[in-house]
Amino acid sequence: MEYFIELLFSGLTRGSIYALIALGYTMVYGIIGLINFAHGEIYMIGAFTAYIIASVLSILGFPALSIIVLAGLAAAIWSSAYGYTIEKVAYKPLRHAPRLSPLISAIGMSIFLQNYVLLAQTSDFLAFPELISDFDFMEPIAHIVGTTDMIIIVTTIVVMLLLTLFIKMTRMGKAMRATSQDRTMAKLIGINVDRVISITFIIGSALAAIGGILIASHIGQINFYIGFIAGIKAFTAAVLGGIGSIPGAVLGGFVLGLTESFATGYVSSDYEDVFAFSLLVLILIFKPSGLLGKQEVQKV
Amino acid sequence: MTPLDKKSNTNNTNNKNFFQETKRSLTVALWFMFLTFPIMVIKVDPLEKTIEMRWENMIMIGLGVFFLSMLGRILMERGETRRKKRALERAQKFSLIQTIQREPKYLYPLAATVLIFALVFPWIFSTYQTNVMTTALMYVVLGLGLNIVVGLAGLLDLGFVAFYAVGAYSYALLNTHFDLGFWIVLPIGAILAAFFGIILGFPVLRLRGDYLAIVTLGFGEIIRLILENWNEFSQGPSGISNIDRPGFFGLDLSLQQSIIYLFYLMILFVLIAIFFVNRLQNSRLGRAWVALREDEIACQAMGIDKTKTKLTAFALGATWAGMIGVIFAAKTTFINPASFTFLESAIILAIVVIGGMGSILGVIVGAFILILLPEYLRALSEYRMLAFGAIMVMVMVFRPQGIISNIRRHTQYAPSSDIDPDPDLAPQIERSEKS
Repeated sequence: MEYFIELLFSGLTRGSIYALIALGYTMVYGIIGLINFAHGEIYMIGAFTAYIIASVLSILGFPALSIIVLAGLAAAIWSSAYGYTIEKVAYKPLRHAPRLSPLISAIGMSIFLQNYVLLAQTSDFLAFPELISDFDFMEPIAHIVGTTDMIIIVTTIVVMLLLTLFIKMTRMGKAMRATSQDRTMAKLIGINVDRVISITFIIGSALAAIGGILIASHIGQINFYIGFIAGIKAFTAAVLGGIGSIPGAVLGGFVLGLTESFATGYVSSDYEDVFAFSLLVLILIFKPSGLLGKQEVQKV
Repeated sequence: MTPLDKKSNTNNTNNKNFFQETKRSLTVALWFMFLTFPIMVIKVDPLEKTIEMRWENMIMIGLGVFFLSMLGRILMERGETRRKKRALERAQKFSLIQTIQREPKYLYPLAATVLIFALVFPWIFSTYQTNVMTTALMYVVLGLGLNIVVGLAGLLDLGFVAFYAVGAYSYALLNTHFDLGFWIVLPIGAILAAFFGIILGFPVLRLRGDYLAIVTLGFGEIIRLILENWNEFSQGPSGISNIDRPGFFGLDLSLQQSIIYLFYLMILFVLIAIFFVNRLQNSRLGRAWVALREDEIACQAMGIDKTKTKLTAFALGATWAGMIGVIFAAKTTFINPASFTFLESAIILAIVVIGGMGSILGVIVGAFILILLPEYLRALSEYRMLAFGAIMVMVMVFRPQGIISNIRRHTQYAPSSDIDPDPDLAPQIERSEKS
């Protein structure tokens, strides 16, 4: 039973990270209908920025708490800046192009960013500094669920709630929903669609950066290639939940994380990805538009 | 207003324009300096506790971005005025490439020249070059295979490399365990790959667009992960070595001879594939694919069997991948799962899209660009993949429809689509006439 709970929490932790990255995919997809393959790279850049800033600050002798806050802020700011720039450079000129062109542009961007970080920093695995020290009150259950796990799960839930409030309550959120329903119509009623798209990329990138810091401090090491695998997994989570749907991305992330965790725990860690993808195929066979996706009505 | 006044006036606006452009480029340069600051400038070693600030990188980026952005603006301005002129002229005409494609008078002599060049290629260039060229030809066939699925039938397949892996492993395993030769396994590999294509095709029939994309991606990853982890079956990540090269009527060939032999074999394959895909395009099946791509419901209403049409697209696309897989295993004599990653699928897809979807000539051009480019970019050594990614983005930004766009589409919409390719163009022309 204890083993089960341990696996449950490890699954929830993974799921939280997938969900955080999947949100960026799903938001961008909902608004411009593009699979942003460079999104995983944004997450990687977030983790690298956090690593660099945190290391510099700790060498300069800053207190632990301020390091966490400043590194997190820096990662979110720079990731957003990258997301914004990538959209302007690689996707905006292709807004009226054939559907697959932006996809190839995104894949090119992803290759470019990986090699950019590889050349500017290093190809080695870097030890990520331990930002979060273990809480004392977690001591009795530390063997089942660690402090970082708890922080990851709580942070994810808080971020989800904030995002939902933002999209439901604010003017910008309303504009986003309108744009995702019908871009032309949104333009007609005076919504600055370009700005909405930019803000979507910025928010998605900031979420990916948060995911990047959390997972890096959880696993303890990063390299330039982490974005690729995380990106594919998060994309799977987004599709699993129904791409374009925000609660869907969260649910998809958790389902994927739990599946992987239990497959690793009870079957074999070699096949965790096989289980994840098989689950995806199975779910899509029975629900072709994902768990919470809108059933498309096709009109002639 | 005297003519002189007018002149100084335009000069003034020109100057003002130039000033504004410079300012804008400067902003862009500053933005990129900020953007690349943590990753390009700071290099930190937490163990040694050293921080290295590489300010020279920042200066380089600032200058580089500034000049590139200025250059881009100047080129764009020139291109704009030229394009406006040309858009009107071009209305009835086809571009050079399309004329060549349409007129047998030009096409046949050109094709013959290319073929003769290809035939003498191994005797002019080194073995290494021949080997690289063989790889490029293999990707031409892979691209043509994927073109059936993506370009013609409009099914976005991100796991095409799975079929390639099926072909390669079927030869590797049958050769090492049962000692079967290349020519026997070639059709077996093709059939097995087609079979896998149908296995993949069945469950995904109901899915559309990007759902299909992720399931095919997942399928590709599943195949790769199984190959990587099922050690008893595929020897895992260490791969299978000592695979036989293709036989030539039982003769023993030296390494160099067999490379040249494979090169000619690939030329033959490319020719067969081109012939096959070309005939297929205009067949009943090919037209059914295109109809399915354009509108599924209308297509069904016309009495086309959706299931059968989609499955044949998957199966026929996979067949080519399977055959090339067999050739790949025979060429390298060593395979392991690392050759069949998602990046490979992405590159084959990029060949199809960059070349121009649905166009045979486009796929050939795309394959040569994407496969030979990294080879000839070797001079850039470690900047090779960086340049490769950047070029992929740039080709798409400047030619979104691919290098050679499909001829059929143009004849469909012409001439109205050519007169007004850009909705913003018409008012601009009017305005320029008024002033």
